[in-house]
Amino acid sequence: MPKASVVMPDREAFPLSASSSGEARPEGGSWLSELWRFRELLYFLAWRDVKVRYKQAAFGAAWAIIQPLITMIIFTFFFSRMGKIPSGSVPYPLFCYSALVPWTYFTGTLSQAGNSLVGNASLITKIYFPRILLPAASALGGLLDFCVSSAFLVLMMVYYRVAPSWTLIFWPVAVMGMVIISLGISMLLAAMNVRYRDVKHVIPFMIQLGLFVTPVLYPADAGFLPSGLKRVLALNPLSGVMEGFRASLFPHQGVNGRLLGISITIGLLLFSLGALYFRKAERTFADII
Amino acid sequence: MSDSITVERLSKLYRLGQASQDTMLRERLVSLLKNPFGTKASPAETIWALRDVSFSIQQGEVVGIIGRNGAGKSTLLKVLSNITYPTSGRVNVHGRVASLLEVGTGFHEELTGRENIYLNGSILGMKKREVDLKLDAIIEFAGVERFIDTPIKRYSSGMRLRLGFAVAAHLDPDVLIVDEVLAVGDAGFQKKCLSVMQDLRKGGRTVLFVSHNMAAVENLCSRGIWIDSGKVRKDGATHDVIESYLSTFGGSDQTSADLSGVESRQGSGEIRYTGIAFLNSEGQPQPLTRSGDSLRIRFFYHANQPIPYPSFGFRLTTELGTLVTDTSTWHHGMDIPEIAPGDGYLDLEIDFLNLLPGRFFFSLWITGLSHNVYDGIEHCASIEIELANIYRSGKNIDSRSGIVFFPQKWVLPGAHTEQVSVPEALPAGEGRKWSGHRTDF
Repeated sequence: MPKASVVMPDREAFPLSASSSGEARPEGGSWLSELWRFRELLYFLAWRDVKVRYKQAAFGAAWAIIQPLITMIIFTFFFSRMGKIPSGSVPYPLFCYSALVPWTYFTGTLSQAGNSLVGNASLITKIYFPRILLPAASALGGLLDFCVSSAFLVLMMVYYRVAPSWTLIFWPVAVMGMVIISLGISMLLAAMNVRYRDVKHVIPFMIQLGLFVTPVLYPADAGFLPSGLKRVLALNPLSGVMEGFRASLFPHQGVNGRLLGISITIGLLLFSLGALYFRKAERTFADII
Repeated sequence: MSDSITVERLSKLYRLGQASQDTMLRERLVSLLKNPFGTKASPAETIWALRDVSFSIQQGEVVGIIGRNGAGKSTLLKVLSNITYPTSGRVNVHGRVASLLEVGTGFHEELTGRENIYLNGSILGMKKREVDLKLDAIIEFAGVERFIDTPIKRYSSGMRLRLGFAVAAHLDPDVLIVDEVLAVGDAGFQKKCLSVMQDLRKGGRTVLFVSHNMAAVENLCSRGIWIDSGKVRKDGATHDVIESYLSTFGGSDQTSADLSGVESRQGSGEIRYTGIAFLNSEGQPQPLTRSGDSLRIRFFYHANQPIPYPSFGFRLTTELGTLVTDTSTWHHGMDIPEIAPGDGYLDLEIDFLNLLPGRFFFSLWITGLSHNVYDGIEHCASIEIELANIYRSGKNIDSRSGIVFFPQKWVLPGAHTEQVSVPEALPAGEGRKWSGHRTDF
């Protein structure tokens, strides 16, 4: 019978876990260092989600492109029939698709992360790790699809002969904004879903609604929008992300500074709210999940 | 020896009926609208899963946690593993902790065995580097080399179990917390589990072990903690704690049976059995009898008239009807000149019960000189014999190993072997002997 134990290299190589005391969770700075310690698990959880998704999906990687592509085709068809939407200096399909890429990331992350806690209930009740890793893994995993659909976006830009200008350096900033806002809302919804199980049914509805209140299919300063409504729509943090994406990718695409400012502020607020609510609710996950 | 685990006045409160309290957001919103500043309508029912639990465990100790289902053992382990938080009190665990509350946590069906090893390893707290180094050993331990790159949805449940345990076995933690992992799996798997835990013990690791397998607990653990209804009922040497725990089993209905009311009996009835009781050597009720224990069976009778030279006897059968033994006072050459009318009793003293665990039925009879039957009742009482560490090896010797056992020793000429079982009956102190000779049947 094979020996049960194995001679291991220096144990110091593998750091010790923190001791836990009555009030358990580490606070503030040590919370961040704990997350750092669990970074490998974050990677593995994201890797698991992605691998499983691709093994099960009929078209695999192609699905990452097909979804925004088909949406773009449908809407282009409709809007070219209904009436022109001013898409600035770029053709409408490109205009539409370029915002659909981050939008698809947002909706995908939200759906996956929203149920990530309840869906991994068996992990939560058996193993210790910072629970935030679960929605974070969804956010991380979604980046792969995002990269695939972004690659297709590059192809589209080549096709339409649109070359980016110096503003391209802002593209990573827009991506970060996209991730932060998605993660913020996901944390909030994921934590709420543990307590109130009908939240996961609210998410698809929110997404449907969101598509129309976010300047994905139309520019933020579209003429047909009454100015009062425009101000309200500016409160949507994703507006800034969409406009930011378009501004960074396409030349001569101006961006409304005020809009961007409001968006960023609200986005950060949402993120903080999500994180705080999550940490507070985390204590009871294992008990009520 | 430094403290590995300290628990101070740990308490954990659970709210009952949480499932029915506003689990839907729409309900919550509605109740908020109706009653924006009101407090909760009715205080929820609560239960203390743990109450004022305190103990401390030194580095290197192997402690068994025992108790009935629902006593709070798993909750205690969850708190120690940082999965759930105390309502009050403090918990301190030092060193690298690995919790095995379930084997194969996080396994995903679609991933291959190899992929699941990495995933499970990471979940349990191993770094990827560590898994890389131990990968071959893990695969070998699990015995799934041929299938390591097949998705585990194709694995049998036994393979899954072995794989999950293989990863856990290579964890190398300072503190290992194990919850009834041994309860699942076949004998081979359980053997492997035990050997891993023994290795850990030899390596000076602290192990906290929850199990219902008393033989394993007795064999592995130097110390036992009995949790009953959320409190520490006893904390001390394993054997004592297990004894105390098992003695609460059974209840008074196990110790005696009233036979006076039994209708379906044969015989002329001048003398009849009225009761049977199972006692210990002091004549007190013995609610729990284990393999190898001593036992005194008291037969109560009532005689209507003087009875000359009666013989009292019984037949012991298994649940399936196999005759274990058929004995009587006549077989022992015991002459009872006469039994006076009235009530009385007769004892049968057994020093060492050679029965393996199981339920055994009594059929009793009283016969006279010319083999006439005064009283005969079939299957009128039963006794449940419990598990015991009879060969002192920690192995689970139960009814699958037969009906009886006997003290024995294996001898292999010319080879060095290790054997922990003793050739004699249980030494004094562990069994309760009151006579020097063994009972002859």
